[in-house]
Amino acid sequence: MGTETLERGTGGRPGVRRRDSDLRRRDRGGIATDIPRGWPQSVSGCVLHPAERGDMSELRRTALYGLHLELGAKMVPFAGYEMPVQYAPGVLKEHLHCRAAAGLFDVGHMGQVILRAPSGQAADAAAALERLVPVDLLGLAPGRQRYAMFTDAAGGILDDLMVANRGDHLFLVVNAACKGADIAHLRAHLAGECAVEEVADRGLLALQGPAATSVMDGVAPGAAAMRFMDVATLDSAFGPLWLSRSGYTGEDGFEISVEGAKCEALARALLAHEAVQPIGLGARDSLRLEAGLCLYGHDIDSTTSPVEAGLSWAIQTARRAGGAREGGFPGAGRILRELADGPARLRIGLRPQTRAPMREGTPLFATEDAADPVGIVTSGGFGPSIEAPLAMGYLPVDLGHKGRTVWGEVRGRRMAADVVALPFRDPNYKR
Amino acid sequence: MYYTEEHEWLRVEDDLVVVGITEHAAEQLGDIVFVDLPDEGKTVSKDDEVVVIESVKAASDILAPLDGEIVEVNTALSDNPGLVNDDPLGEAWFFKMKVEDLSALDDLMDEAAYKKFIG
Repeated sequence: MGTETLERGTGGRPGVRRRDSDLRRRDRGGIATDIPRGWPQSVSGCVLHPAERGDMSELRRTALYGLHLELGAKMVPFAGYEMPVQYAPGVLKEHLHCRAAAGLFDVGHMGQVILRAPSGQAADAAAALERLVPVDLLGLAPGRQRYAMFTDAAGGILDDLMVANRGDHLFLVVNAACKGADIAHLRAHLAGECAVEEVADRGLLALQGPAATSVMDGVAPGAAAMRFMDVATLDSAFGPLWLSRSGYTGEDGFEISVEGAKCEALARALLAHEAVQPIGLGARDSLRLEAGLCLYGHDIDSTTSPVEAGLSWAIQTARRAGGAREGGFPGAGRILRELADGPARLRIGLRPQTRAPMREGTPLFATEDAADPVGIVTSGGFGPSIEAPLAMGYLPVDLGHKGRTVWGEVRGRRMAADVVALPFRDPNYKR
Repeated sequence: MYYTEEHEWLRVEDDLVVVGITEHAAEQLGDIVFVDLPDEGKTVSKDDEVVVIESVKAASDILAPLDGEIVEVNTALSDNPGLVNDDPLGEAWFFKMKVEDLSALDDLMDEAAYKKFIG
């Protein structure tokens, strides 16, 4: 359950345009040591919704706020919450630890939502929700979860989310910055068919990495028997845990919904294992980038269609042309047309040829001296496990294929980058 | 040792000014993954952007602290940017400058003033 959390505000943006990553850096010059100023708007990319800005005292806190402080976290405003961006070891070591052992993430700022049909049948809730997503939810078996996205009438993406069939209802996990808008969207379109309940009294954790399973199974026996994208309710000393075997790091692991009052005790129990260290939003971003996973508000938003974003795999045949329930979701015209004819542009992976990272907003050119950009970087940075810079962005389909070289303009200089297949690193999911 | 408000340190060695960044800056920037050094022989004016350093978080500039000429750069940083985190005050110097008037250093902070500056 749960998709990536490093969102910007809920508002869409007018085209995938160049962000001000270079300009911001240069507005003052010198070394930006003021992390809360420089950091959240750069790598983690958090540009808060106007309604969510304000000083830290206006921000919401998750159940683990006190624990984060105790663990020495640097807290930053993020999607209306005060969240840990890193702990003492720093982004690089946290990233590598998660890949080598296990990392614990507080994702309690994300939205947990239950969709319940009056019939008490998950299938009825699924049929209703299918009107808002291009995903086969009637084909989602009890105990299973799928990645989905809310689309708009123009075929853009309003948010990405996880949908789980929990037998008599559906359980959704949505991005923090979008959760208010998502719930309003669900209520507006599913009124009378489904009750839309925000689960506000449960915390959400993610335990990710090769050691996650043995640790999780010790806390919630039975966890090890789950497969990738299974969901289950398992008993534990911390009350019933709503588990899903998923995450957003490219590692095996779990997302864990736990009673709010038990969340800190569970986190402490998990952290008591030698293999488990807390991981902040900074490493969460580099982990998901290496895994080629989209960050809402950056790699996908209302200006990108699921097909352009390379998410066609999430649109099952039942919802495609000729399928049992073809179309019937917002923007179906454009999305089905792009599935048939191909999109004009595609999300691609980039490996810069030098060590200089290409950050979000870097314009991409077809040649070293071309006048006009043909694409843009939507996420970029350094991949600690790849030990090299890496980026994702959009390119026209004729340029966006493996083996092609394009040029990104970094600080006024054109730097070559190779187009590569995503993900940058094969995931370790237990299928 | 002299310090700037841009979190650089300067020390004089053989009539050249050696420039690096402070421990405080290195710690705040986080893990450094890329250092873009200037050409040796480049003439610079105070506050010119002469080095770009990228951490896992973001890019930052190092400004020329004084007018002068870049006479040597520390190429070890190109291969091992993490040196900036490991030894910011020692091995991870960025460049050496030839400066006309070393008395300009007197306008900079000493260690006690810098410590007060960063609070």
